[in-house]
Amino acid sequence: MIRVLPYLGVVVRIVRKDLAVEWRSRQLVASMLVFALLVILIFNFALELDARARSELSSGVLWATFAFAGTLGLNRSMSIEKNGQAIDGLLLAPVDRSAIYFGKMLGNMFFMLIVALLTLPAYGILYNVNLFNGGLLLVILLGAWGYSSIGTLLAAMAMQARSRELLLPVLLFPLLIPVLVSAVRASGYFLEGLEMVYIWPSLNLLLAYGVIIPTLGYMFFDFVVEE
Amino acid sequence: MIETHGVSKRFGYRLALESVDLRIKAGELVALLGPNGAGKSTLLRILSLLTRPTVGEVVIAGFHLPMQASAARAEIGFLGHQPLLYGELSASQNLAFYAGLYRVKRPEARIKELLKLFDLQFRSNEPVRTFSRGMQQRLALARAVLHGPNVLLLDEPHSSLDRETVAILDELLQAQADKGTAILMATHNLLHAQRLAQRVELLVAGCLAASWKRSQFASKQFLALYDRTLRRAQTGAHRD
Repeated sequence: MIRVLPYLGVVVRIVRKDLAVEWRSRQLVASMLVFALLVILIFNFALELDARARSELSSGVLWATFAFAGTLGLNRSMSIEKNGQAIDGLLLAPVDRSAIYFGKMLGNMFFMLIVALLTLPAYGILYNVNLFNGGLLLVILLGAWGYSSIGTLLAAMAMQARSRELLLPVLLFPLLIPVLVSAVRASGYFLEGLEMVYIWPSLNLLLAYGVIIPTLGYMFFDFVVEE
Repeated sequence: MIETHGVSKRFGYRLALESVDLRIKAGELVALLGPNGAGKSTLLRILSLLTRPTVGEVVIAGFHLPMQASAARAEIGFLGHQPLLYGELSASQNLAFYAGLYRVKRPEARIKELLKLFDLQFRSNEPVRTFSRGMQQRLALARAVLHGPNVLLLDEPHSSLDRETVAILDELLQAQADKGTAILMATHNLLHAQRLAQRVELLVAGCLAASWKRSQFASKQFLALYDRTLRRAQTGAHRD
């Protein structure tokens, strides 16, 4: 039986540790942000389309950007643990290993949201999108939750591999398809101002994914990090 | 305190450990000697719960593994080849993080005490990545003993340390053993083993090949005896 407060305490400590490492190094968010802005800019010039086609494609551009920038963040987040084999320090501690998973996952989600927050203004200007849209922000939140939940699990799995930078996207992107498709659809529908009846299926899929994957992480993270 | 029964570990086709039976009592300091690739680090990683044995039973401080892993982890202090520290964080931040995970009581006082003991107090706020290898080793030792473990597993603890820190470490290990901590120390250095250990175990090709008491390995003839036993064990292992 898990005692909730000590468990949450471990999760918070790991998030705070990741924030402290990032605050000192300023590498993870910076690399994700530069990459995300470059992708948005390149798509902007590559898609010299009419205004209507452009608005239809814009949510896809947004999520492609987050997906690519996210893998950079996941790799960096796990390399923090790999350097000096700090992950062993975590695994030695008398804590529930699923708390390590949730700590890393929330840290990754936080960094992803920071990058999204900083990227959105450029996206809004270049793609002429109204960002004062609560629905879009909700989809970004759910999408980042789903992305970081599966991403953290797979990044931990790939961490021991020699070519982990290559292995992570190969493992990650096929499993991300439900999140990406739902997020692209829901974002697009919110931006088009469609009624909720059209949006709910995508939101439900995001919600279901956001429950199932963290549950799997809770159950199997111990085996994933085991040598 | 530390018990293994028939512990074996296989990595693919390679048998890294074969049927290791080991028993270390509370307050006993045992040196684990053996050539490179003998399986010393693998044994320490199994005892610290970082690796599961392929077969065999491990009991740490009365806790049976892997069922009571979390309780056993609280009793273990481990020092590996790597410092297990975050290079971007300072020495104080690293120790504070681990103190939180181990729920150390009065962590500030404990951290201050350890930083002073290992002579790191003047650079406690600098990132660990700027530390020399020896300083990182000192901080790693501080991390290993931070929570006052009852079982200490040390892989080459003297490596990269200067003479003064070696003396501090020896004193610390002796004090820990006197307090009842069971210590298993893998080393290549016979002198360290002779100076500190109450028992020496020789591991060759994954098997415990010999065990000597203090009265046997403290003598001047021990080096010759050690070499002879090692050669015989290696020849036997190659023949197998």
